[in-house]
Amino acid sequence: MAKVLIVAEHDGSALNPSTAKCVSCATAIDGAEVDILVLAADTAGIAAQAAEIASVSRVLTIARAENENPVTAVLAPQIAAVAGDYSHVFGPSTTYGKDLIPHVAALLGVNQVSDIMTVEGSHTFKRPVYAGNAIVTVEAPESSILVATVRVASWPATGGGNAATVEAVDGVADLPSHTRYVSLESAVSDRPDLQTAASVVAGGRALGSEEQFDLIYKLADALGAGVGATRAAVDAGYCPNDMQIGQTGKIIAPGLYIAIGISGAIQHLTGIKDAGTIVAINKDEEAPIFEVADIGMVGDLFQIVPELTAALS
Amino acid sequence: MDKIIVGLKRVIDYNVRVQVKSDGSGVETDGVKMSINPFDEIALEEALRIRESGAATEVIAVSIGTSEAQQQLRTGLAMGADRAILVTVENDIDPLSVARIFKALAEKENAGLVMLGKQAIDDDNSHVAQMLSAVWSRPQATFASGVTIDGDTARVVREVDAGLETVEVDLPAVLSVDLRLNEPRYVKLPDIMKAKKKPLDEVPLADLGIEAGPMIKELSYAAPEGRQRGVTVDDVAGLVAALKDKGLV
Repeated sequence: MAKVLIVAEHDGSALNPSTAKCVSCATAIDGAEVDILVLAADTAGIAAQAAEIASVSRVLTIARAENENPVTAVLAPQIAAVAGDYSHVFGPSTTYGKDLIPHVAALLGVNQVSDIMTVEGSHTFKRPVYAGNAIVTVEAPESSILVATVRVASWPATGGGNAATVEAVDGVADLPSHTRYVSLESAVSDRPDLQTAASVVAGGRALGSEEQFDLIYKLADALGAGVGATRAAVDAGYCPNDMQIGQTGKIIAPGLYIAIGISGAIQHLTGIKDAGTIVAINKDEEAPIFEVADIGMVGDLFQIVPELTAALS
Repeated sequence: MDKIIVGLKRVIDYNVRVQVKSDGSGVETDGVKMSINPFDEIALEEALRIRESGAATEVIAVSIGTSEAQQQLRTGLAMGADRAILVTVENDIDPLSVARIFKALAEKENAGLVMLGKQAIDDDNSHVAQMLSAVWSRPQATFASGVTIDGDTARVVREVDAGLETVEVDLPAVLSVDLRLNEPRYVKLPDIMKAKKKPLDEVPLADLGIEAGPMIKELSYAAPEGRQRGVTVDDVAGLVAALKDKGLV
């Protein structure tokens, strides 16, 4: 029977919703027993949140000062030491999981499955390759532990209402000090998080400047939406890098996605293909974004967006 | 620091619209343009800039594959790498074995840095740098958008979901680089001519004492489910009505 260990993602106090999405993926494996591992300086609050997630059997915790920040060289040996009791180890395909989980796999001497979209069997999964231009069904050997990341945009968060047991486990004695966390520079925003927002408004290069990108924020605020951008808009300096959506940015699945002045390069589309409804506003009626948009409007964004913002305010 | 090793993977060119083969065995590669993985090109550019700043003396470009990958290594030499190593393998090779190859080369060359792209645009895995860090027991700094070498350490700015994270690592270390680290230089014709004279060694995998491990099996490829083009609206009133219709506003 499958025993899945999920590595929790958190910011030191709050559990990231990516963890409950990993639980959904894990429970798609027939008869899977699911545990969550919390590594932090202070694990109590995070473990309590993890224990509420439905279908979780146990929450394991390792509290130590070295776990204050997410440094893979420090976290990975602790995860590998616990993994021996499990058939599967899962983490989210966020930058946290992408940095950490392959390192864990290599410590365990196995290859890793990335970005699980669907579970076809305990060791068989579907995942995207070539920027989502192809979906490949992969089969990992059953003879060794299976380590994988879960494509969080493909899975709903498992609900709460549970009260799993929380157990402290012994950690590894020696951890390396060759990698040192210095700081995190985070844009302060009251807007919903891009990866979990119900609605997202995003802008492309056509916005033309950082000042004019303000139109995107205004529309987003009228909708209570998160804000995203294309690589071109980020490269041009209109907005920070953590807003980038696409193959090399964030993969999102909001109920509503409004693409403004975005032509629809394949690398961008792979980041939004799971959105519920896609709205596109673009002056070029030939723009590829219209091929995937549920609602399209051809016209000048500098006229349409303020008018739309006013109509929705 | 003496040497920097840079990995250059041969992949289907960024601009090619990838097609799944009709029998589901893979994607079309016949007659398709192949290039250096764009992220690896950024890694090479950064290594060259570190060498040009005086913080390293030699940049070694490494690829793993069939002799066809010589093409990408020659491009890397034309960009400015000092020499190249092609580790020859007959078939596709798994990321963990690739990590072990880089470890063997890093130790043999006594490299101060191994620099790789943050992911290859074919399998989109993002595995090798992290796995190399594990098998080499050296630091990793992935998704780098800023690199500063300071003696025996490197300060790296990383692009993470929450913003920009800064870490400090002791050398030797492995870095994987993100898009905004730099803009790779264009190769000039005289450099292509010069690159033909630079050393490119072929090393069979067995000579490194490494045996490729088992792959994660690829059972079948399929095209993704497409989305359908929807309705077109003429004005903002129509757009708001369509959104209300779907219960979205």
